[in-house]
Amino acid sequence: LNDKMAKLTIKRLSPEEEFPDLSQHNNHMAKVLTQDMYTKLRDRATPNGFTIDGVIQTGIDNPGHPFIMTVGCVAGDEETYEVFKELLDPIIEDRHGGYKPTDKHKTDLNPDNLKGGDDLDPNYVISSRVRTGRSIRGFCLPPHCSRGERRGVEKMSVEALDSLSGDLKGKYYALKNMTDAEQQQLIDDHFLFDKPVSPLLLASGMARDWPDGRGIWHNDTKTFLVWVNEEDHLRVISMQKGGNMKEVFNRFCTGLTKIETLFKDKGTSFMWNEHLGYVLTCPSNLGTGLRAGVHVKIPNMSKHAKFEEVLKRLRLQKRGTGGVDTAAVGGTFDISNADRLGFSEVELVQMVVDGVKLLVEMEKKLEKGQSIDDLMPAQK
Amino acid sequence: MHTNFSKSMANNFARILSGKRNVGIMSLVGAGSLTAAFLLNREHVTAGAQVRRVYPASADYPDLRKHNNCMASHLTPAIYAKLVDKATPNGYTLDQAIQTGVDNPGHPFIKTVGMVAGDEESYEVFADLLDPVIKERHNGYDPQTMTHPTDLDSSKLKSGKFDERYVLSSRVRTGRSIRGLSLPPACTRAERREVEKVVVDALAGLKGDLAGTYYSLTHMTDQEQQQLIDDHFLFDKPVSPLLTCSGMARDWPDARGIWHNNTKTFLIWINEEDHTRVISMEKGGNMKRVFDRFCTGLKEVERLIQEKGWEFMWNERLGYILTCPSNLGTGLRAGVHVNLPKLSKDPRFTKILDNLRLQKRGTGGVDTAAVGSTFDISNLDRLGQSEVQLVQTVVDGVNYLIECEKKLEKGQDIKIPPPVRK
Repeated sequence: LNDKMAKLTIKRLSPEEEFPDLSQHNNHMAKVLTQDMYTKLRDRATPNGFTIDGVIQTGIDNPGHPFIMTVGCVAGDEETYEVFKELLDPIIEDRHGGYKPTDKHKTDLNPDNLKGGDDLDPNYVISSRVRTGRSIRGFCLPPHCSRGERRGVEKMSVEALDSLSGDLKGKYYALKNMTDAEQQQLIDDHFLFDKPVSPLLLASGMARDWPDGRGIWHNDTKTFLVWVNEEDHLRVISMQKGGNMKEVFNRFCTGLTKIETLFKDKGTSFMWNEHLGYVLTCPSNLGTGLRAGVHVKIPNMSKHAKFEEVLKRLRLQKRGTGGVDTAAVGGTFDISNADRLGFSEVELVQMVVDGVKLLVEMEKKLEKGQSIDDLMPAQK
Repeated sequence: MHTNFSKSMANNFARILSGKRNVGIMSLVGAGSLTAAFLLNREHVTAGAQVRRVYPASADYPDLRKHNNCMASHLTPAIYAKLVDKATPNGYTLDQAIQTGVDNPGHPFIKTVGMVAGDEESYEVFADLLDPVIKERHNGYDPQTMTHPTDLDSSKLKSGKFDERYVLSSRVRTGRSIRGLSLPPACTRAERREVEKVVVDALAGLKGDLAGTYYSLTHMTDQEQQQLIDDHFLFDKPVSPLLTCSGMARDWPDARGIWHNNTKTFLIWINEEDHTRVISMEKGGNMKRVFDRFCTGLKEVERLIQEKGWEFMWNERLGYILTCPSNLGTGLRAGVHVNLPKLSKDPRFTKILDNLRLQKRGTGGVDTAAVGSTFDISNLDRLGQSEVQLVQTVVDGVNYLIECEKKLEKGQDIKIPPPVRK
């Protein structure tokens, strides 16, 4: 580990005196972090100077979340996942369904491997979307990057995106240079992202210097969108109204592959390794970093006693249509894959396609007053 | 650098190293690092330790074109380049000090300072930026040439009992920092807990009308919490981004708490924006008694911490050292809640306040506007005048405001007073 670690100059009191009070806490970090572990890890820093206190600050400041069990820690750079393995491996295992430190993750961005997905019923499925994140190797991640690094990520990303062509051709809107008209248009398109308000994000330091180095890129047809320097270096989103998830996923894979090629031409690459897949700020987004989802009208199904059980078996997750921190309104839910790591991109999108199809079938049955017992799926 | 710098810093640092606590210091040794020379060499570790830098200063210089705060007014690219490679002995950097000013371009009511100190040494290591900021904020006070007077002899205060038909309450507050421990933006959890322990131990030694109880934010019962809310004593986790962006709200509510005496006239906040905030207050207009208790209490707390080998951060250049440069010197805000229905509507009100060196706020504090005609009136200045002088300014000024109000009630005219000596 020697070339990945540095010892730190700080005046400090004993590790027992420094250990955080996690007695009121319920997040993955609080479940795993012991005094012994803290004592060992506080003597280390990544080569970029990121420390255990930086990793866990968000989890200390945010004891729990009403809807989901939060991770409670972040990475400040690629090396975080190595230097602080003792903490992060068990968290990853707990969060990602038993994924072991020795497991290998497979990446599959070939959209031809997806079966079906072009025929989700648009009377129920309002929109389809696939998102992931990417980090640029050699730069610190949002919790720890300097202004210069963040601007470097922006510059490199915009150069790559500007060279996309065909139906991927588009334009970059820097948050700090946006005109009022551009801003209004982006709001109307539901593309504009704001300075985060969630304390989960703020406490990690990723909102520093806002809006410097942040921006939104989208193609002319508004179906492929990239966020620069929000919670990750890049968030890549393919989306459209209706239920043609196959088309959404095609565009997603094509776009990502093209962008990756452009970065390689510039002598860099995305952070990736065969154990953790794509490396992102939050351990919950490792692997594929992929969330494929739909907004779907399931007022009857969502009130059914077995709704949660069905979702669990299908390896799906529900959210409100405002995103992760919201509750559903009026029977319309955001349904997406629960997993990120240990399954490939194709496998995850397949689960969403198959699972949403089943949910819509169940909804139709319930509308007619019929039972859904014979449709209950096996645990995936 | 100041000529006295090395000696005073070495003395301070020697005290930190030889203090009661056996703290450890390790060096930054990394792949290709230049700082191997600092490894475990206590006597020779000085301010200005090397900081990891990936980019040249020009690539990291913040975009301050839309900003209006004191830091943005004075942080030139040249000063940034000079200071950005430096760190205090505790590892606090310029980027950390200015983060709050970068994240908060401006405030609707006041020109904010836009930077904080992470420790006592920040004021030395980043003097090239802090000195002009201090000079702008404190009306031309030049830390390089001037000295600050400290005077907590409350017997010198003349009059100081207000007409209670107008003055509803009187209050004096200040802050104190414990030398040797980092300030709230930079302190570790253990340092913060140490501040709590040192101060609470000292407060437990107060007697007579100063005897009181400590309520830790983590261990408070629901009943205690309700009582503190009813008394208007409870402070919450800060929501103002001016404060949260500096990092002072980390680990909330660990090691934060409120102490007050049994008569609820002397109150201490622990580990909010500063190590301690000390408040003396009463309903009514007896500012003299409030100030007496303030001075007695402060001196007694100081004596008690000194018994255990600790002291407050203070020097003759900057007076009492606090997190925000706006609170240097006395850190003192003496004020009243006063009802001035006629005067507050007079167009000359603002000018009168200016000349009296007074400031108005809403009765909810710094970020509020006044409701009705009751105002919080307090001293504008903090640094360059003593505690006695500033409280006298408030006493004289508020008396003048009340005279104006009375005159207006009788239909008489009022005069704008000449500016008081700054």
